[in-house]
Amino acid sequence: MTPQGASIGLNGLRQRGLAVAIFTPGFHGRRSTDVQLPPGQYLTEDFPVLSAGPTPRIPLDRWEFVITTETEQQYRWSWDELWALPQDTPTVDIHCVTRWSKLATSWQGVSLDTVLADVETAADFALVHSYGGYTTNVPLEDLLDGKAWIVHQFEGEDLPSEHGGPARMIVPHLYFWKSAKWVRGMQLLLQDEPGFWETAGYHDYGDPWREQRYQGD
Amino acid sequence: MTELYEDGNALAGPLGEIFAVDVTVAIQRCAHCGRTGPVAALRVYRHAPGLVARCPGCDGVVLRLVRTPDAAFLDLTGALNLRIPLEA
Repeated sequence: MTPQGASIGLNGLRQRGLAVAIFTPGFHGRRSTDVQLPPGQYLTEDFPVLSAGPTPRIPLDRWEFVITTETEQQYRWSWDELWALPQDTPTVDIHCVTRWSKLATSWQGVSLDTVLADVETAADFALVHSYGGYTTNVPLEDLLDGKAWIVHQFEGEDLPSEHGGPARMIVPHLYFWKSAKWVRGMQLLLQDEPGFWETAGYHDYGDPWREQRYQGD
Repeated sequence: MTELYEDGNALAGPLGEIFAVDVTVAIQRCAHCGRTGPVAALRVYRHAPGLVARCPGCDGVVLRLVRTPDAAFLDLTGALNLRIPLEA
């Protein structure tokens, strides 16, 4: 897939946004707020739970992840099959559109590069689906080149259900509503199809560094 | 874990900014399961980027409201209709 200008620009912004911890004299061991965050964000140390519906409970022996291509071809992974794939341990900053940011969160899971490696598609867009009915759209190139993962561990523990367990997507360079909790699969599409929040007034792409919160931003 | 919803009275303030009538006393018919009931009896999830009101019968989304700095997006595709009581 050919990278487009927007992606290159995003990478540059991302590098400038790397967190720098600074210790203020007189406040022993306390990190100052002098950390570069996307515009309009504040730093939080806890992990707020946001949810637009009941928390789905999915038995692991019935859990599956399914990719459906634009030609209706399907690729399926059971719980055991997915985690038999090579594991990554990304440490990333996350930015919620409700204005909190959390730095250096650590996860374990499988890169979307690995999952998509053998998928034959001409699609440019993905619509990610969750157990419980949530959806969110992401350009396919934003899921490739080490930018997105399906994760099942957070800070060394099984991912709690309120944070999307047993498995969620993380796409940390976009606002966190793009990181679908309780992920169950995705459709690969030739044309963009907006998801749950994108059809309710939120931005189609959601770049926190360009503060793309709402439609028209 | 306790689910993070409140009853539909949580919609009174946000919808009061848009409508001249109190919509929480309206009777809505769920587009997913056909159940009818007052808007005040919906389950409102507000720990989210917007307000999401779900049917207490089937958990289908009946109403969504997103407030931006200069507009409100209101989605009622999950309600077949609202019966709004008016003066005779």
